[in-house]
Amino acid sequence: MTSWINRQAFRPDITVAAFFAVIALFFYGSIVWTFVMSLTRSTLVPTYEIVGFDQYVKLFTNQRWLVSCLNMVIFGLLYIVGTLAFGMLLAVLADRRIKAESLFRTIFLYPLAVSLVVTGLSWRWLLDPSNGLQALMRSIGWEAFTFDWLTRPDRALYTLVIASIWHSAGLVMVIVLAGLRGIDNDLWKAIRMEGIPLWRAYLQVIFPGMRPVIASCVVLLMSEVIRGYDLIIAMTKGGPGISTEMPAKFAVDFYFARVNLGLASAASIMMLVLSLVLLAPYFYSEFRRRT
Amino acid sequence: MSIAVATPIAIRKKPFAPQAARIGLYVFLTVSAIFFLLPLLLVAMNSLKPLEEIRQGNLLAFPVNPNFDAWVTAWKTACTGLDCNGVRPGVWNSIRITIPAVVISTLAGALNGYALAQWKSRHANLLMLLVTVGLFIPYQAMLYPTVKILSNVGLFRTYAGIVFVHVIYGLPYTTLLFRNFYVGVPDEISRAARMEGASFLRTFWSIILPISTNILVVVAILQFTGIWNDYLLGLIFAGNDNLPMTVQLTNIVNNARGAANPNVNMAAALITAIPTLVVYFLSGRYFVRGIAAGAVKG
Repeated sequence: MTSWINRQAFRPDITVAAFFAVIALFFYGSIVWTFVMSLTRSTLVPTYEIVGFDQYVKLFTNQRWLVSCLNMVIFGLLYIVGTLAFGMLLAVLADRRIKAESLFRTIFLYPLAVSLVVTGLSWRWLLDPSNGLQALMRSIGWEAFTFDWLTRPDRALYTLVIASIWHSAGLVMVIVLAGLRGIDNDLWKAIRMEGIPLWRAYLQVIFPGMRPVIASCVVLLMSEVIRGYDLIIAMTKGGPGISTEMPAKFAVDFYFARVNLGLASAASIMMLVLSLVLLAPYFYSEFRRRT
Repeated sequence: MSIAVATPIAIRKKPFAPQAARIGLYVFLTVSAIFFLLPLLLVAMNSLKPLEEIRQGNLLAFPVNPNFDAWVTAWKTACTGLDCNGVRPGVWNSIRITIPAVVISTLAGALNGYALAQWKSRHANLLMLLVTVGLFIPYQAMLYPTVKILSNVGLFRTYAGIVFVHVIYGLPYTTLLFRNFYVGVPDEISRAARMEGASFLRTFWSIILPISTNILVVVAILQFTGIWNDYLLGLIFAGNDNLPMTVQLTNIVNNARGAANPNVNMAAALITAIPTLVVYFLSGRYFVRGIAAGAVKG
């Protein structure tokens, strides 16, 4: 083995080629394959007779899919705005020369190490109206306290938002905090000399200067939204009814439980298209910056 | 996204907020801390309560007679379906899936990352773009073909299959992190080895890997967290004999018998969360650095 290795020339391109083959087959090849499937009538057994975009028509006349998409948009907007606002606020506060900063940071970030399954279950237990937060408030004398969103079709989606903000706020905090620590001290001096109030300094000078950092946070959070699966399974299973269904779950359900390969593939391709459309501006600016 | 985020010297700003604002600041931070601690605190507290206590009170009451009975039940006899062997099989499966998957995906990522950093080609940028976009491809758009490929070679729903999927799906990420690190390593090192007639693999193994300890730790920690916490891939690719802890946990909780034993469920949830939490608390600095470096992870 050793002597074989030593006899080879310095050829990184062989490794690159092997890596490229894996990416080409399992990532891009799979996408093409999935796309082809989405053009067929495959249900339980795949057929490769192309029938065009029938599955997409079916998909967009499917009530559950439309609800899933709408849920994802509402959830996504609230989650991204909420996580950004909360995470940035925590970063700013943590940057104000506080005591026990590392303790606070450790507490704010630890949810990221917890799986979304455990996150979902914990919040499900906490928000369970019969013995969670609501029961506690009532037991300490606040009889009228009601927080039953988890069991209400019109509110359950917001409980997912709360749990996901809990999971990701620390991530935004850490990334933004790293950005804040990189800001030139002279800028702060100038701000102080001008007598600009702190909140305006952050909103009008500091954060606008950190646009790339914030953009990469948004990209991260968006991809979480599109992929969101584990949390829903653990917390609401898509219910009550179909009030918390989302596309990622729709696709997996139709692949494996309802075995409708064509429709599931169409749903997956729509998820991919959405990812690419949302990420395109980011990639464009990133690669223009680098080259 | 360079990995070498040398921690900038903390710029100490004079707190120019008046006293009241300082107090408000700490109040807000403390309330936030409670918000973050509450869910896991609830799980921990109730895993220590006997069933009677949970039935009578609410979940947020402190345990009166804390004991580890629920933990013992969760470990040994909780039911995941027809089997009532507790979480032990799930923990063991997660361990034997996670360890090889982390080691292989980290080392393969290092090799690929080094190769990409050394690969001088006008196509290098295009390949980087393909890899980066690869991070953001929803698994759903690759799942079914992966199932088909693995079925054809007899690996679908096997132990080797689930490890393999974790390695493949993790590759773009680990490769990118290492590539970003290696483009910052002075090229003289590789060139000197090359002059001596060392092969690419020899250079990588004997010269490059030994100077990569930090990034290896960072990537291994991120991969460990990601793979241990995975649910979807384990559910689809592991097969009944190898279901990881996350999947077993949902089976325990959603089991008919599980519904009657909240304390056992919570002990099982905590057992699932402990390994990654321990890694997080022990490796805080690396964990944070990895997140900042891998801010493009999907």
